[in-house]
Amino acid sequence: MAGFGSTQTLIGLDALASALFLLVSLAIVATRQMLATLRLFVIESLLLAVSATAIGIGTHSIHLLIVAGIVVVTKVIAVPWVLKFTVGGEIYGRREIDQALTIPTSLVLSAGLIFFGFFVSERLFFMVSAPEFTLLNLPVGIACLLLGMFTVTVRREAIAQLVGLLVMENAVFFAGAAIASHLPTLAEIAAAVDLPIMTLVFGLLIRQIHRKLGTTRVGELSALGER
Amino acid sequence: MARSLFFNLIQVAVVLFLSPLLEGILARLEEMVQSKHGPSIFQVYRDIWKFLQKDEIVSSHSSWVFRAAPYFAFVMPVFVTLLIPVLTDYPLFFAFMGDMLAVGFLFALSGALITFAAVDTTNPYGSIGASRSRMVSFLAEPVFMMVFFTVSFVAGSTIPYIVQKSWAFSSQIFWGPSHILVVIAFLMLFLADENRIPVDNPHGNFELAMIGKSKYLEYSGRGAALIKWGGAMKFMVLCIVFCNVLVTPWGLATGKTLGGVLLAIPLIFAKLLLFLLLLVAIESNLSKLRLFRIDEFLGASFVVCVMAMVASLMGI
Repeated sequence: MAGFGSTQTLIGLDALASALFLLVSLAIVATRQMLATLRLFVIESLLLAVSATAIGIGTHSIHLLIVAGIVVVTKVIAVPWVLKFTVGGEIYGRREIDQALTIPTSLVLSAGLIFFGFFVSERLFFMVSAPEFTLLNLPVGIACLLLGMFTVTVRREAIAQLVGLLVMENAVFFAGAAIASHLPTLAEIAAAVDLPIMTLVFGLLIRQIHRKLGTTRVGELSALGER
Repeated sequence: MARSLFFNLIQVAVVLFLSPLLEGILARLEEMVQSKHGPSIFQVYRDIWKFLQKDEIVSSHSSWVFRAAPYFAFVMPVFVTLLIPVLTDYPLFFAFMGDMLAVGFLFALSGALITFAAVDTTNPYGSIGASRSRMVSFLAEPVFMMVFFTVSFVAGSTIPYIVQKSWAFSSQIFWGPSHILVVIAFLMLFLADENRIPVDNPHGNFELAMIGKSKYLEYSGRGAALIKWGGAMKFMVLCIVFCNVLVTPWGLATGKTLGGVLLAIPLIFAKLLLFLLLLVAIESNLSKLRLFRIDEFLGASFVVCVMAMVASLMGI
């Protein structure tokens, strides 16, 4: 059995993180509860941090360890806090989310999307910096990017759409961590500041929608009105 | 040869006599989580003994199907035990008699007969339970097939003894997406097939809400004992398939000595207890799904399994 810091163990850890990352992204598509989507997003961010740490140790890249730290601070702590601050009542109200398609239909469609994502990513394997990690992270990242996009498309609820966007962001990081393990610190800091601000802007927007209309079901907003 | 046959019979004896204990421990643990004292862990043995002492009453409207079903429910898990790795990690005497598909067929046969028997009594609750459990099982069927496909793709075989060895090749295979996702899909399938909590409440006594239990309402005496014992064995066999074949081959006897095989009994039982803790955690945290949301639960497990298969085909 290999030791703790060895490449085999790190690949195993990364493989586990990517399997669960895929599973959690699928669960975000399938779940009906508002609070559950937010919790699943937090779990997904933790898995992203685990994967970034494993690749960071495996490829001796201090940058990825910084990324892992930033992910924990921004996505696990800051984003839920900001959302609670702006639209707390909507999220913690234990509501179910409307969606345009039924859950079995969207599950089947997301299976197709995952297949497509895996297939597309095979063509991208030439930009490899750490082959054994890329083989795991790139397909899973691209599949989850599509799943996040799908969530944004089918949900009729502003907060769930925001979570879909955050999932897409997570997925890009997940794939990117394996392709470009030595990204400049500037990009990391930009990402770190960007995300809570994006969440804040969205949260305030959602709060404004809620104040004007009494609901956040943006799927029902199909006609323009004038006052 | 004779030794291999003898070990195979030890496996059957282990499943036969330890399965009520496993179910008793699960019931006790769940009661303890709910801050209750709970029945003794040997309660299932006492129930079986009590039922065996009692007279059997059979409806005059029922046919031979009703009388035959308990024997099938009792015998099928025993047959399956001959095929799967319970204690040893090398194939035993009957290992090549059937593969994982045969395991599925045997359980499907006993399940179908019990369904017929439930309808046979003309008890309305029996028919309700039978049709509901058929609904669950036809939704579970595609997942079963996908699990078999995925497993046989990864292992290149459908013989359980060969499958369980293929996971431990490297940590990338063991922790890889295809293995983890197959395990999770099978866990969801297990919950549906054993009528555990997100799908059905095994402790409920309200006939209109029952799925699995209402098929056995008409049985008494020896029939009830056989069905209860058979159910406990099926539960243990599925736990063993999950723990030994799909998750890890750890703790199985590798040597061909009698001592090694006997030592494997407590190791395997400890592994099953860990699995029971997982089950208790799942059952205590989730609530029962509405009947028409079961398709979402099993649909999710189907998609998870498809992902596992695609991942293994793409070599991820």
